[in-house]
Amino acid sequence: MDFNGSDTIPGPRTEDHLPHTAQAAVKIVIVGGFGVGKTTMVGSVSDIRPLTTEETMTQAGIGVDDNYGSESKTATTVAMDFGRISVTDKLVLYLFGTPGQERFWFLWNGLFEGALGAVVLVDTRRLEVSFDVMGRLEERGVPFVVAVNSFPDAPRYPVEELRTALDLTPEIPIMECDVRRRASSKEVLMTLMRFLHSIALTGALT
Amino acid sequence: MTPPQRKRREPKPPPPPQPPAPQPADGEAEPKNPERLYTVAGSEDGARAELDLVTLIVARDAPQPAASPEQAAVLRLCANPLSVAELSAYLNLPFSAMTVLITELITAELVQVRAPIVRRAVPDRSLLEAVMHGLQRL
Repeated sequence: MDFNGSDTIPGPRTEDHLPHTAQAAVKIVIVGGFGVGKTTMVGSVSDIRPLTTEETMTQAGIGVDDNYGSESKTATTVAMDFGRISVTDKLVLYLFGTPGQERFWFLWNGLFEGALGAVVLVDTRRLEVSFDVMGRLEERGVPFVVAVNSFPDAPRYPVEELRTALDLTPEIPIMECDVRRRASSKEVLMTLMRFLHSIALTGALT
Repeated sequence: MTPPQRKRREPKPPPPPQPPAPQPADGEAEPKNPERLYTVAGSEDGARAELDLVTLIVARDAPQPAASPEQAAVLRLCANPLSVAELSAYLNLPFSAMTVLITELITAELVQVRAPIVRRAVPDRSLLEAVMHGLQRL
């Protein structure tokens, strides 16, 4: 273990310290395929420089969900980038950018179960990459919105055509965004929050 | 050009209760999770507190000279509240190893834990409104 004495471990910068009044945190998950812009989105709205938490899984776990009893112990590292927004002096919001493959999700306790909701970030050049993610979220009852990261050379579809292609119910928000822009990423998060709020008002997720 | 077509899925009913795990022959009660690797934490049975990525950890006191380097590092980082995820990132430790280390500190009453607010079937509107107000200020 690379523990070169605890004095040398870099911690948060002084301006990144949470106040002692911080009582609780909530989290939102940004999920999507490789290279779709999850980390860029986290970084564009985060108060802190995005950080990375890692988990190890055995080789046997790659591509196979049930590896109990397997003798293979070769460790592989799976990384997840995240950022933080101080909502009030008592409440903190964390944003996690996570790979779309469900086999990674169980590595972190309650990653989706406890999340307020999720943003599915899609690239219209590889729309089908996001199909399984949306299905998994639907199965787990995790509310989500769909954000299309507008890459310059990506095909553009009208929102209603996308809704049909993604087989999303009319109430699920779909929006275009440019996750490099803070205002755009913020609007995606606001759209998710308004959607969650509308669920709270109607009392049900269809 | 027509985009590829997905098919919607329905929420799955909650899984049926799991049958009790088979007991190992040596009588050890704790089922081992083969994916998790423990390298730093010294606890023998691998028992862990229920810690979320965003559980906030706060040190009760400055580290004592007797503390291990890892424990001292956590206590120093947690002088102000810090999430388990951030601790894992700053200390370069896998999340699972981090939770074992924190469990030791909880058992030794060296840290306080502030549990996260998790999603409920009927969301808490005042919580959502607080988050929205916070985001609007960005």
